Amino acid sequence: MKLLPAFTIILVFSTALFAANDPNRPEKITDVETIVNKANFVAYYQGKDGKAKIKMTITDKKGQTRLREFIILRKDIKDGGDQKYYVYFLKPVDVRKMVFMVYKHTDIKKDDDRWLYLPGLDLVKRIAASDKRTSFVGSDFLYEDVSGRNLQEDTHELIETTDKYYVVRNVPREPDSVEFSYFNVSIDRKTFVPVKMEFYDKKNKLYRVIKSQKVETIQGFPTVVKSIVSDLNTGSKTVMEFTNVKYNINLKDIFTERYLRRPPREAIR
Amino acid sequence: MIHHRGFIVVMLVVTLSLPVMAQEDTANDFNSLLSNLDIHGFYEIRSGYRMRKDKYEKDMSIMEQRLQLDISSYLDWADFKVKGDIIGDLVEEQADFDLREAYIFTRPYDFMDLKVGRQILTWGTGDLVFINDLFPKDWQSFFIGRDTEYLKAPSDAVKISLFSDLANLDIVYTPQFDSDRFISGERLSYWNSNLSRLAGADAIQHTDKPNRWFRDDEIAVRVYKNINNYEYALYAYHGYWKSPGGQNAAATKAIFPDLNVYGASVRGNVGKGIGNLEVGYYESDDDQSGKNGNINNSELRFLAGYTREIGKDFTAGLQYYVEHMLDYGRHKDSSPSGLNRDRDRHLITVRLTKLLMNQNLRCSLFIYFSPSDKDTYMRPNINYKVSDNLAVEAGANIFFGDYPGTFFGQFQNNTNIYTALRYSF
Repeated sequence: MKLLPAFTIILVFSTALFAANDPNRPEKITDVETIVNKANFVAYYQGKDGKAKIKMTITDKKGQTRLREFIILRKDIKDGGDQKYYVYFLKPVDVRKMVFMVYKHTDIKKDDDRWLYLPGLDLVKRIAASDKRTSFVGSDFLYEDVSGRNLQEDTHELIETTDKYYVVRNVPREPDSVEFSYFNVSIDRKTFVPVKMEFYDKKNKLYRVIKSQKVETIQGFPTVVKSIVSDLNTGSKTVMEFTNVKYNINLKDIFTERYLRRPPREAIR
Repeated sequence: MIHHRGFIVVMLVVTLSLPVMAQEDTANDFNSLLSNLDIHGFYEIRSGYRMRKDKYEKDMSIMEQRLQLDISSYLDWADFKVKGDIIGDLVEEQADFDLREAYIFTRPYDFMDLKVGRQILTWGTGDLVFINDLFPKDWQSFFIGRDTEYLKAPSDAVKISLFSDLANLDIVYTPQFDSDRFISGERLSYWNSNLSRLAGADAIQHTDKPNRWFRDDEIAVRVYKNINNYEYALYAYHGYWKSPGGQNAAATKAIFPDLNVYGASVRGNVGKGIGNLEVGYYESDDDQSGKNGNINNSELRFLAGYTREIGKDFTAGLQYYVEHMLDYGRHKDSSPSGLNRDRDRHLITVRLTKLLMNQNLRCSLFIYFSPSDKDTYMRPNINYKVSDNLAVEAGANIFFGDYPGTFFGQFQNNTNIYTALRYSF
């Protein structure tokens, strides 16, 4: 579910799918698994690959800001399944040219494979990836927000259908593995873009909200180009903005040590 | 020395690029080089003091300002990079320039990468322990508290990488031997076996270093492949012991005897963490029989490591490493000044890294502990990113040991603390 639509693509099928219906009165789906699968698809799997430049602005409760800027490349191994991610850092300058690479596995028993390349040392490091609910590059987004939370980790319940949204409650199958007790996601009925996620802590108090602030249609794919996450406990928030979003760029297999050590030029410029 | 070779490298890079540039429209190329120019770097102040009196060295362990400039650009056919540090060093009371990188990188074919010039090179699976990575290290920088980046000293080399579905191949050719920046007594006191005591600035190690171009050369090869996300590699090296590995018969100069290394490694997910194994056979080619006490013995080296997250933003790493001398008895009998070690040198390393305050504060501790040498080296470090550009840091290099002549024990009097401030741009 999950935001971050950008490196994602909806196949052309999205147009075909909705063409049959009156666009203003989308068909009402009652099967929650269909809804979460479509939303997952829209958020993370649009097109067979994709590229985007991402800017994250982290603002702490005192108003101090920090900036992260990186280029992200994604390739799907299987629609709705395994994916590969390549993240090339531009800012802050002390991590410029650092590369982070992930092989995401949707098999729940299998941890992702992660690599980090440190250019100053010419060092290719392997990173242990057991906890996906840690901060991504010091922002309020978590690894899981960026690459997608495995649908099998939660049970899903359609709690409300409004004119515009499906609201789905997600309850973790293993409550001890996460810091929330459940989260609700509002999914646009027309586009299946997840527009809001609200996380509730173990005392059922809302503590974390992710909102899609701007959605654009790029190459036919509805794409969240601006989202914001607010941590209500720490008062910190992170705005994530996508530019240069491109789908179906025919990415060759750049997810190797060769390109970790030296990024593919066409992909990062 | 550094200046001189740096200059050669820059000239070499320029000369190599000229003919290719001449074919194109040179003026155009020059314009694109300029417009693609990317300049970054940092300014840093770093100061540190010895925690113990060392009669051979200054109390200041490090006191320097450093400006690093990192200039890169590209043309259609290649990337260019020059990275160098201008250093004002108050310990050695001199200004210095350390050219760290100056190279051309190109992808002439789908199956080939080529990097020519001064470059930092790293491979192998160890964490601050190296078996098959025989590229030069700067142990002096490491022990006096410079950023870990400076542990890797540059090589003047050609790196050819070939890629195929079967396996990938890296070949690194260094036409003139690049030694480690080893402990010579200039900045750090050390155990001098000829004098049978600690020594330092009073007994700087002089060396007889192989330095003929294209004759005293090094070649390092790696064949590697990722199979189901387990990374397998085979290595071979032909060159010299990177730090002095013996001395001449008159015991006046330290030497770098011939060395061949053959090894292998594997790395991948094990349980919830990352495991790695690496082995290497060090063939001390100038003393095949192991009888020459003036030359390092042949060795087998073995490393096993494991890293995993043990809490939120909290990682732990553990390594076991052993150096096994192959002709210990013979070597010991013929050693002029006796040996300071057992046949096997066992080493355990522990790394703990905890990130706090939105990952802006990094607390880390790296420990080397040798149960056979009975010595320890600890590297605590705290780094705080005040802003995206400004970082402050404090740390220490702490050595202790039961004997004065062991690998880490000899540096006891060099135990130091340091702080640094770095502005990146």
